[in-house]
Amino acid sequence: MRETPPSSAEKAFVLNTIRSGLRVDLRGAYDLRKLSISLGPALGHADVRLGTTRVIAHVHAEVVRPQDSDPNEGFLRFTTECSPMASPRFESGSLSDEEVLISRLLERTFRRSRAIDTENLCIVSGEKVWAISVDVRLIDLDGNAVDAACIAAAAALLHFRRPDVTVVGDEVKVHSLDERNPVPLSVHHVPICVTFAILDEGQLMVLDPTSLEEDCRCGDVTFSMNAHREVCAVAKSGGAALPIDALLRCAKVATWRSLEIHEALQKSLKDSLLKRWEDVKLNCAWSFRRPIAPSIGNLNLNHSVEEHEETDRPYKSNVSINPNIMQYILHLQSYDH
Amino acid sequence: MDTDTTSFRPRPVIPGDTVPIPIATPNPSAESSAPPPVRIGPGLHRRPDGSVVVVKAGVLCCNEAKDGARWWVESNFKRYVPVQGDPVVGQITYKSADFFRVEIGAAHQAQLSALAFEGATKRNRPPLEVGSLVYARVSVAHRDMEPELECVDQTTGRAEGFGELKGGFMIKCSLGMARNLLLPKFPLLPTLGTRFPFETAVGVNGRVWISAATEPRIAAVARCVVLADRRPWGQVKGVVEGVVGSVEGV
Repeated sequence: MRETPPSSAEKAFVLNTIRSGLRVDLRGAYDLRKLSISLGPALGHADVRLGTTRVIAHVHAEVVRPQDSDPNEGFLRFTTECSPMASPRFESGSLSDEEVLISRLLERTFRRSRAIDTENLCIVSGEKVWAISVDVRLIDLDGNAVDAACIAAAAALLHFRRPDVTVVGDEVKVHSLDERNPVPLSVHHVPICVTFAILDEGQLMVLDPTSLEEDCRCGDVTFSMNAHREVCAVAKSGGAALPIDALLRCAKVATWRSLEIHEALQKSLKDSLLKRWEDVKLNCAWSFRRPIAPSIGNLNLNHSVEEHEETDRPYKSNVSINPNIMQYILHLQSYDH
Repeated sequence: MDTDTTSFRPRPVIPGDTVPIPIATPNPSAESSAPPPVRIGPGLHRRPDGSVVVVKAGVLCCNEAKDGARWWVESNFKRYVPVQGDPVVGQITYKSADFFRVEIGAAHQAQLSALAFEGATKRNRPPLEVGSLVYARVSVAHRDMEPELECVDQTTGRAEGFGELKGGFMIKCSLGMARNLLLPKFPLLPTLGTRFPFETAVGVNGRVWISAATEPRIAAVARCVVLADRRPWGQVKGVVEGVVGSVEGV
């Protein structure tokens, strides 16, 4: 189904409001909508909301044979899916332009800037490597799917832990999450996309456009920046002419906004891992049948690491537990698997 | 289940629930002794055997009027289903010699005759273009036909407020919000009206057209409607205060 383009009154209003220094949703030109990042409970699962735009990213890993040309390189793949549930402009089964744009930009942002160390994914040279797949799913669309998808992919990759492997001679053993702590990916840097819509023939620029603003734009610019203030990728589409100083101003704004997003990302990552750690401690307190090793990997918190070594040992079975807490633990466990 | 209108309290229902409303079959011979008639409204369906079944999820409501009890389901959806007599805001998507095609957010586009305007004749056609907004009333809503609109009251020949909406801005909201905005006791528009003058056209298809003297005022009203959507009535005033306080030059 094709969406009806906005009416002439709406288009005129959007341009006039931005000209007067305001936006339809009362933001400033370079303000971001409310960003919320929720991670877990599964490792490598991120749910990102930017205003009402919502994207879910999920990471999974499998062992595959490497390419003959790069026997030591693992794989990092991105797949995007825009369902008609997100917006009626998407049709199920057919690949939309938006979908292609998002996955290409993600590949450029993460793979070409070498954000993830793919050599570290090698298990046996020329024989076995890890293939990391990132599934990005657009759940609800109100503009700026690219930024939301990028944040979701970055969050999922940072949250992900792959199972540990040991190689003895020719034999490769993949340890389950209960057996050994899973290993985080080795991440060189985290690129974050920041998109600007160009309106009114290059006269006006707005950050994080909504669907309505996207319908009025004549082009857009996306900057991918990392926390070291390095530009990892730039994409400009739509063909609108833009003066150099406008582009430089955008780059500057993108630097600050990406740092803010980066901070939010680190905060939710820390919260999620701490929450997971609490769950694990509860699990251990209750483990009569088998010791459950913490499955949170290398958490950079000294006090936690000490405790975690204690709980690696099997627990005594004569622990008395309040039935209410028991209920809660059972609930947590069902949540965890 | 209690269906006595005097002691009835609104309660949530889901599609498939049966409501044991006693509906008397019309019997002209015993006029005086027959119970008063019962009217059933949106969300309720009367089966051929006389029982009443719920077809929409929502809150079952009842109102005891002089001419009998009224039953309906208060619900909130985003998809509009045209009903005859509804005021709607639509957008022209196609223009031909004698009719316009209007997008009103329903499953099908509606037809609007070029003659269904105040003072329109074969020669004097309304100056509507593709992309214009109109405020119109649904004149035909039949399940086997395309909906039809009119911008004129057929009995008086007057526009009565319907017609082209010039300038301004249109926002989309839930159907429940649009119906609320039409209620005089809903606090949103009256509270805003004490701050500055503005004009609205509320379509029950979940579209609200807003016009005011300056852009920040229009944006403020639009933002209030968006933020107050699906919130309890008690919070609406707070939302309005917050939005109006945050905008400069209102």
